[in-house]
Amino acid sequence: MRFSHEYRDGALGRGLAAELPALVAPGRTYKLMEVCGGHTHAIYRYGIQELLPDGVELVHGPGCPVCVLPMGRVDDAITLAREQDVILACFGDMMRVPGSLGTLLEAKALGADVRMVYSPLDALRIARENPGRQVVFFAIGFETTAPSTALTLRRARDEGIANFSCLCSHVLIEPPLRALLDSPDLTLDGFVGPGHVATVVGAGAFGFIPRDYAKPVVVSGFEPLDVLQSIRMLLAQLASGRCEVEIQYTRVVTWEGNPRALAAMEEVFELREHFEWRGLGSLPRSALRVSEAYSAHDAERRFALPGVQIADPRECQCGEVLRGVIKPWECRVFGTACTPERAIGACMVSPEGACAAYYSYGRHAREPEVV
Amino acid sequence: MSADAAHARKLRIVQAAHSKPGRFRDAHITMAHGAGGSSTQTLIEGLLLPTLQGERLAELADAGTMALAGGTLAISTDSFVVKPIRFPGGSIGELAVNGTVNDLAVCGARACALTLSMILEEGLDAVELRAEVTAVAASAERAEVEVISGDTKVVERGHADGMYICTTGVGLVDARARLSTAGLTPGDHVLVSGPVGSHGMAIMLARGQFSIEAPIESDTAPLWPAVDALLDAAGPDVHCMRDATRGGVASALNELARASLVGVVIHETDVPVEAAVSAAAELLGIDPLYVANEGRLLAFVAPTSAGAALAALRAVPGCERATDIGEVVAEPEGMVLVDPGFGGRRVLDMLAGDPLPRIC
Repeated sequence: MRFSHEYRDGALGRGLAAELPALVAPGRTYKLMEVCGGHTHAIYRYGIQELLPDGVELVHGPGCPVCVLPMGRVDDAITLAREQDVILACFGDMMRVPGSLGTLLEAKALGADVRMVYSPLDALRIARENPGRQVVFFAIGFETTAPSTALTLRRARDEGIANFSCLCSHVLIEPPLRALLDSPDLTLDGFVGPGHVATVVGAGAFGFIPRDYAKPVVVSGFEPLDVLQSIRMLLAQLASGRCEVEIQYTRVVTWEGNPRALAAMEEVFELREHFEWRGLGSLPRSALRVSEAYSAHDAERRFALPGVQIADPRECQCGEVLRGVIKPWECRVFGTACTPERAIGACMVSPEGACAAYYSYGRHAREPEVV
Repeated sequence: MSADAAHARKLRIVQAAHSKPGRFRDAHITMAHGAGGSSTQTLIEGLLLPTLQGERLAELADAGTMALAGGTLAISTDSFVVKPIRFPGGSIGELAVNGTVNDLAVCGARACALTLSMILEEGLDAVELRAEVTAVAASAERAEVEVISGDTKVVERGHADGMYICTTGVGLVDARARLSTAGLTPGDHVLVSGPVGSHGMAIMLARGQFSIEAPIESDTAPLWPAVDALLDAAGPDVHCMRDATRGGVASALNELARASLVGVVIHETDVPVEAAVSAAAELLGIDPLYVANEGRLLAFVAPTSAGAALAALRAVPGCERATDIGEVVAEPEGMVLVDPGFGGRRVLDMLAGDPLPRIC
């Protein structure tokens, strides 16, 4: 298929990989964080780690929107679906994420009307087709998906679809990155920057990383050649002592981002004072809520939600995985008590979650045992 | 212990947990239990097998077999609840015949008789019913099998989606066949009889949920001609065949790797997929290897006969794009690996969850 398969060319990939050792200082280790879950997925799917020279290690970042939602938020959605007789529309991944009340998939099996959609516009269509029912779209994601939720809410208002509302759980990329960079237990050498977020916010929005923390960033596409090339660009910056934001994903990303998308977000959302993140705790000004002007379509204002803070299960180490402190396989329940089919933590649910990607794709890499 | 050793040790623990028969601990049935992936497997291994305790059942072949005086009888049964009941390339009536004759075919048996049981919903349009009965008759004629018994039930409106069909088929296992789910042998080549994923993707788009229009048709077809050609070309060197239905090629390979205690390596870039299926799968974020087929088989053939088997398969109408997509290896036991053509390798696990409910 054009425009994607070209970026999966194995011969080109091996060629790129062959250039990497020359950029690596012998004996030095390089910890590079891929921020976005989409990159984590591509890295495991194409076995990219196996192509990297010794000493270059990829650390999985917090950019999986399903993974960073706290359990209390999942409980809110389940309560809405079970007790308020609404049609709850959500992305497929969300249906298997466990809250303290089980999952949305289980709620559905017990009679709740939960429907999987691929786009918020599908949820709006459900509302149009069911005028006698309340339809709530469980909106998740970083700046990547927030504009499509914003446009959907705008359309709901313009068309007067009164039975449609949104449980807004959109989050922002900068606060968790700052939280990671401020934390003492993680040392990183550079970032493979999130390409899809950058299409909206612009590559310039990552300028704080070199400026405030002296780490290089390369905003990357999601095909395996994109990721390999970004790693090469990062290693080249480190080898030559440069530290700046570069764009590898030039076919999509600009420095300024998408002004119309940003304007739609500005109009429809406002900043929350605080938002609870799984693994990172409460981060100030890190998430969006529906603005006053669109309050008629805000599920939080329309329904009474528990809004309770629920601690993660004690055995779950998603927080440490999300902060890149441990690798997925180092979690004490990885692959035994926690599997994609029966997940304890959210990182094991979404294909973009580091644990799910590692479990599904990566768990065969068998190094020889040295005792 | 070094980090690498700790890693290897943990992976062994994980793999041991993964290979254990599933325990059925769910409080309720969810759609995932019907998706043909790991939840279905847990339901079978954790509830059905231990309760029913049949030795032949435990082989988990597509059809059960029993020795009779004149040969070996194969029996298979299948229910069809597909929604919508008509879709590009086929309908529930056609599936109900092909699904069951194919389960027999991949066990080396040509179907000789079918039973047909229909559950109809109050209010079903008689025109629709007539069309499906006609589709059953036409498909049975194409597969050269006779419907010799049947049953009809009607349930109240709202208790069935139009109609459900259950068919049971019997046939005699061909004298050329030496097939077993435990028959995969290191060195065997893995053949697939044509492009994969078309049926499941046709159904998904036919539901009109995604506003994607693409010229994708179900691949539903009887597989006996392909089986016949393979047995003619390679006879006992065909060690196993599987109809890659729910859960797709990936789940079928995992079931067999587990049953035969071998590994399987698939070369992803060799797997045939129709361009439109590949594009739709890409848009929906689904791997075609997990998408259902209703007229595609996997065959595991000894290396000396693999070339002849592939040539014979390609000469069968509808199987022109049959391909050799991988090989059976001794290690890692019970695991399927994919070479994505990019240097590294990845695991190809059973389907987890339920991307596509009610496809057959």
